[in-house]
Amino acid sequence: MNRFAHLLDRLAFEHARNSKLRILGDYFRHTDDPDRGYALAAMTGGLAFAHAKAGLIRTLICERCDQTLFEMSYDYVGDLSETVALLWPSPPLREGHNFPPPPSLSQVVETLHATPKAALRQVLAQFLDQLDETGRWALLKLITGGLRIGVSARLAKTALASLGDVEPNAIEEIWPGLTPPYLDLFAWIEGRADKPVVSDPAPFRAAMLAHAIEETNFVSLKPEDFIAEWKWDGVRVQAVTGYDEAGEPVGRLYSRTGEDISGAFPDVLEAICARSFGAASIDGELLIVREGRVESFGALQQRLNRKKVDARLIAEYPAHVRAYDLLSEDGEDLRSLPFAQRRMRLARFLETRAPARFDLSPLVPFATWEALAQARRDPASAGAGEDANAIEGVMLKRVDSIYVPGRPTGPWWKWKRDPFTLDAVLMYAQRGHGKRSSFCSDYTFGVWRQGAEGDELVPVGKAYFGFTDAELKLLDKWVRDHTVNRFGPVREVEANHKTGLVLEVAFEGVQRSARHKSGVAMRFPRVSRIRWDKPARDADRLEAVEALIGERKRAD
Amino acid sequence: MVTERLAGASAIFTPLLSRAHPYVVAMAPPHLLAPTPAGLFCAAGDFYIDPLRPVPRALITHAHSDHARRGHGDVLATRETLDIMALRYGEDFCARRQVAAYGQSQRIGDVDVSFHPAGHVLGSAQVRVADERQRIVVSGDYKRASDPTCAAFEPVACDVFITEATFGLPVFRHPDASLEADKLIASCALFPDRAHLVGAYALGKAQRMMVLIRQQGWERPIYIHGALEKITEYYAREGNDFGEIRKVSAAERSKLAGEIVLCTPASLQDIWSRKFPDPVAAHASGWMRVRARARQRGVELPLVVSDHADWNDLCATILETQCSQVWITHGEADALVHWAGCIGLDARPLHLIGYGDEEDAVEAQT
Repeated sequence: MNRFAHLLDRLAFEHARNSKLRILGDYFRHTDDPDRGYALAAMTGGLAFAHAKAGLIRTLICERCDQTLFEMSYDYVGDLSETVALLWPSPPLREGHNFPPPPSLSQVVETLHATPKAALRQVLAQFLDQLDETGRWALLKLITGGLRIGVSARLAKTALASLGDVEPNAIEEIWPGLTPPYLDLFAWIEGRADKPVVSDPAPFRAAMLAHAIEETNFVSLKPEDFIAEWKWDGVRVQAVTGYDEAGEPVGRLYSRTGEDISGAFPDVLEAICARSFGAASIDGELLIVREGRVESFGALQQRLNRKKVDARLIAEYPAHVRAYDLLSEDGEDLRSLPFAQRRMRLARFLETRAPARFDLSPLVPFATWEALAQARRDPASAGAGEDANAIEGVMLKRVDSIYVPGRPTGPWWKWKRDPFTLDAVLMYAQRGHGKRSSFCSDYTFGVWRQGAEGDELVPVGKAYFGFTDAELKLLDKWVRDHTVNRFGPVREVEANHKTGLVLEVAFEGVQRSARHKSGVAMRFPRVSRIRWDKPARDADRLEAVEALIGERKRAD
Repeated sequence: MVTERLAGASAIFTPLLSRAHPYVVAMAPPHLLAPTPAGLFCAAGDFYIDPLRPVPRALITHAHSDHARRGHGDVLATRETLDIMALRYGEDFCARRQVAAYGQSQRIGDVDVSFHPAGHVLGSAQVRVADERQRIVVSGDYKRASDPTCAAFEPVACDVFITEATFGLPVFRHPDASLEADKLIASCALFPDRAHLVGAYALGKAQRMMVLIRQQGWERPIYIHGALEKITEYYAREGNDFGEIRKVSAAERSKLAGEIVLCTPASLQDIWSRKFPDPVAAHASGWMRVRARARQRGVELPLVVSDHADWNDLCATILETQCSQVWITHGEADALVHWAGCIGLDARPLHLIGYGDEEDAVEAQT
């Protein structure tokens, strides 16, 4: 447990991806089975401890600590697991006691899984007694399921792949069929055994991704080699079905990274588990479709990142998959077929089996790049009609492209519509992380609105990229020279009609938000230009931002 | 440590809290010292202790800039404290100075005054002020953990104990500092291509870190920021062996991959730190115990090394002094007041504004 605790502790403070990979790789290399497998499971969300709730932990600490002192401490620290880890009294030293070594991660996981609810309190207290502060913190984080150490499942698998000569995608492919503590997986990666055979009836297949196209790319590309589709503003998913040993249908909905999100979408799951669906693997976009109309991304957000959904939510935000690729059908792997053929198979599949909640992603016909550019500018007149608001550009796929995991250059391109832009005034700056630590690189910007005493700035968003390293240095200098106030790591800078720095901010859309002071929230804001030349008083006003809500059509 | 864990982990246990304190007797309110906006004032001796603004007569517990300010008339302090103040502020930091030796009592006006080791930094002292009716001890900042760079804290019996409470919450239980030094050395091994910048207060913490990492087996030169140079040289002249210490030159910064570089906490965020190869920002401070505090400061490698008493040591020390009244000068007073009340001690927070910001003061200085 101590090694695992130190791993989490170190990762929690590390910002740089490469350093995280190094720390993880070092841990996997120097930790024995099955501990490292359980650690991997913890970081990929593969461990659950149903009975360990915050209430139980509170009870335990209040038996050991004065209530008032606990409340004061919790108030100060702001995190229950950490407060309890810091407060937990070390058991009194007993004469002649030999101090057993602290429990290993496997002991903790296996014991807790085997412990009935009624006995959990005592077992947990015993573990907490045996661990040091970091160990207790890690244990409490582990069982309450909120590691929050900035390590995605993908990152953990990438670090794992670095142990041997294995591609992260190869791990993704077999991942859904594996179970903790992953002995077979480690053996394979370290070259001690063959690749584990997964008998998962509904496996994830690593997704093929597209590069963003640049103007210069078009010169060497021929329109007739490509098929174009709308790029839908939803979530990329893979719907996979098969049959288990008993012949019962098994269905799963995966995210782009192979995470099983079926639980949040029982409506889609029901559709794919219908007998008529058969065994297939469909690549498509998850959208909310109401009365045949695709809703904006905001509607889909109501359904995302939920463990459970109720009937009301499903009825109000019905999920739908707009299919654009067929990866397998009745046991036949189609990925080595050219895209045009896969697309024909997909069309036939959808027509003959007519699954509920699925339809075919329509093509965008075009003869020249100019024609496609026109369609991208105005999807509504190019066949998308009312769904145009849910379109964020076009996808270009080579007619002959086979389905390759990862992001190969050439076969697929995404051509996003131009972002919105806004001239905003820099209000606050915060130091960045990793390479950018010591630079003020996180910028909160605002726009003007009518206040009680004339014009005032109201923050509308935060951006931390979009500028070059040279520009960052200039921005940093400007912030340091114009700081008027400090709040911990945050600097408030001069921002009024006379003095203030205008940033041209690019973003993908605006939504109403009750959580922000301005009442609006931007999607994906970044600094597109520094307007050294523009007086702060001429920056945009809140009304201009509000006018963009729901707006998708380009006004260019 | 004699008193190690006397109250120990049990300082947060409920059973202890119901125990009546054996020394509670009806005491007259303290008459020897009174809190004023300029700091603690003793009318019977006509002096201030650690005054926050210039006064005619000052007793200084230690040389950290929040306690030792310049511009007083007469200053009474330990030789080391006076030396360090002169180093930092120049020889003219006060009109007249007088050396106080540990343990020697002297009469000032109508009171007896003596200085006793506080274990905080080199030269740090507690000040005992007494007359026939009452004994008061002003702790200044203090710690009970071992620190070879300064004289160890000595408990002094008193009626009123005036304590700091920088870490006056039971979540602050400082770990063994040598384990934190191990953490730093292990990180250097894991990231040999990155410079390890360790933020540490220029006076005391930096020198203690040097000793700690030497004790844990670091034999390479230790690099220091220029702001640490004067005090470190002074510590060395006073008999501390730090091994090879090198001041970082501008040209050298980019070549210090895998090395340990000590600097002030403020320089971690300076333009200065950018020239190092992919620096790891480490910070040696008791605040590092709480993860959010470390994260807010952008610290990647928090080292929980404190020159203040932690919760257990605050509680143990209060009990050891056998006092019946506790005044808390600064820090997290509420929890300590609650604890003292539970065991029958009369406790009150003074909320003196101006202490506890040594770090900010250093930032302004350098």
